[in-house]
Amino acid sequence: MIRPDADTLLEIVDLQARVEDKPILKGVNLTIKAGEIHAVMGRNGSGKSTLSKVLAGHPAYTVTGGSVLYRGANLLDLEPEQRARLGLFLGFQYPVEIPGVSNLEFLRVSTNARRGEKGEEELDTFAFEDLVRERLQVVQMDPAFLERSVNEGFSGGEKKRNEILQMALLDPLVAILDETDSGLDIDALRIVAGGVNHLASPDNATLLITHYQRLLDVITPDYVHVMAGGRILRTGGKELALELEDRGYDWVDQELAVLEVV
Amino acid sequence: MVAAMSNSASNSAALAASSWVTNFLERLPAPAGELEAVQWRGREALSRQPLPTRRQEDWRFTDLAPLTALTPALAAAGEQGSWPAPAAGAVRLWLDAPGDPLAGQSLPAGLSLLDADEVQQALGHTLAACNCEQHWPVELNQASAPRVLALRVSAVVAPTLELVSQAAGDDVMRPVRVLLLLEEKASLELLQVQLGSGSSLTSLVIEAHLGRESTLRHGLLALGEGPACFFGHLAVEQEPRSLLESVWASHGWALSRFEPRVVQADGEATTSLKALQLADGQQLADTHSRVEFRGPEGQLDQLHKAIADDRGRSVFNGAVKVPRAAQRTNASQLSRNLLLSNQARIDTKPELEIVADDVRCAHGATVSRLQTDELFYLQSRGLSAAVAAGLLKRGFCEEVLRALPAAAAPWRPLQRLLGET
Repeated sequence: MIRPDADTLLEIVDLQARVEDKPILKGVNLTIKAGEIHAVMGRNGSGKSTLSKVLAGHPAYTVTGGSVLYRGANLLDLEPEQRARLGLFLGFQYPVEIPGVSNLEFLRVSTNARRGEKGEEELDTFAFEDLVRERLQVVQMDPAFLERSVNEGFSGGEKKRNEILQMALLDPLVAILDETDSGLDIDALRIVAGGVNHLASPDNATLLITHYQRLLDVITPDYVHVMAGGRILRTGGKELALELEDRGYDWVDQELAVLEVV
Repeated sequence: MVAAMSNSASNSAALAASSWVTNFLERLPAPAGELEAVQWRGREALSRQPLPTRRQEDWRFTDLAPLTALTPALAAAGEQGSWPAPAAGAVRLWLDAPGDPLAGQSLPAGLSLLDADEVQQALGHTLAACNCEQHWPVELNQASAPRVLALRVSAVVAPTLELVSQAAGDDVMRPVRVLLLLEEKASLELLQVQLGSGSSLTSLVIEAHLGRESTLRHGLLALGEGPACFFGHLAVEQEPRSLLESVWASHGWALSRFEPRVVQADGEATTSLKALQLADGQQLADTHSRVEFRGPEGQLDQLHKAIADDRGRSVFNGAVKVPRAAQRTNASQLSRNLLLSNQARIDTKPELEIVADDVRCAHGATVSRLQTDELFYLQSRGLSAAVAAGLLKRGFCEEVLRALPAAAAPWRPLQRLLGET
């Protein structure tokens, strides 16, 4: 939902970052306002996953230039956990398995960390169980998953649903979903997309990182950005995604070649 | 010149070792009671072979300085600590009770005490079968233990038997000796809680003979603090189709050494060994295990986990012997270690001796820090780096701790091991 008077939640200006000695992001510009759904598309290696990790504060990436304002404050100064508490959420492409750590306990600790930041009271075990059971319905997840270790032995679809469950509990202002559609069959994709649609509101925003058009059949973006060579090359509406579907990424490569010559 | 110096240094170390043992033996009361003969034997052995030295392969990484800093003497009856009530379905025996630990307690059905003749016959039998009757920590126990808890398990024992012993206070020595004879198809779950504080010494020897198709589930929770030291030795002889599940968790001892020794007398038995040892401060935690298959089709599943932090040091040596007679043995051993500081140290060594040709023996060892990706995942959900690290540590421990007998729960093993109480 595009509203000209909406608050700006995230403002990325000329963002540059590298991993080890390799520059990956070479000047990303992107502004996200409340209520909007953005999709970033691109080939493997275009820098779209790096963008999501840099925004969440992954220690392997070094920002070498540019700025990111999150609700007017410098996001890059904050530790990953502070970003999360302030309402930035990253849904992982490959959710991490953590043997021995109960999913329920993990969800409770993280939910309370976010609630504390919002000035809400912490939930005890019982109150949290009530909340989590209600939110489980958003992703149609079996409560049995709560008793297991975080993501351990979960199928690909179960892991992604667990990510959306976390999103439902953490109530983020900006949710970045990194290839949430990868590895999902069509039913799981519908459930995950249903969850994302359910959680989208005029007050928050969603940034979908995706490879394929099919996610955008079930979640309608307000903006589609095409990324290549560490930059956003083109921005349009959802018709841009359809164009990519039709024409493939070759024309993007040609535009990039022109750009890099210049 | 250098050689002469190192000679004189090792001479003086040998002298110090023998004087520590001499002084220790002098502090012991005259041999007496049901184990008088064993005490004589142990004392003679100790005076012949004072302390192990680091020139012995088995003791290479084990510095006994924390032990020789102690001046332990046998203590009279102990005092009960402020312990949690036993779990429902558990029968607790306090081994340091004044007089008879069994006074006022009736043993659960399926358990009975061995009489003096039976003890005489059976005591040391399994130690001999495991080739460890002359092992130093065993002789230390034999020299000092005033009594043995000797039990016959003749049926499936429903309640968990819980044995608690505490070496509290300075210069206290607490030797505990247990003998278990499991008859055919009998089954017992045993939880041992060993607590140590002050400059105390705990010495534990457990012998168990597992008859055909019998089951022993053994949990040992060893919690020390300060300069307290712990030596534990578990010798088990398994008949075919018996099952041994042993879980051991320790933390807090200046020096701890645990030695599970298992012999599958004719193979065809199942052995599961799980251990978790934590070493921080200047602590040294050492496990030397040995499993020997003397017949075909035996199974071993062994997991040894350790966390070393600060200047702590963890040692694991896991010997598995598969002679020609042990065809179709299926053994796996995994040593997983977390190294949390630059000054901590982990020494881990699988020692597989496989002669039989038709066997499956897998082993592996990993030493790592906390995984960056796991930490980041938790941080990206709002957990501080410290809370995330704590959660990962707990997860690492849980894999072993959840295998402890349920009766361990009131002791809150995880919180105690991580020093959260």
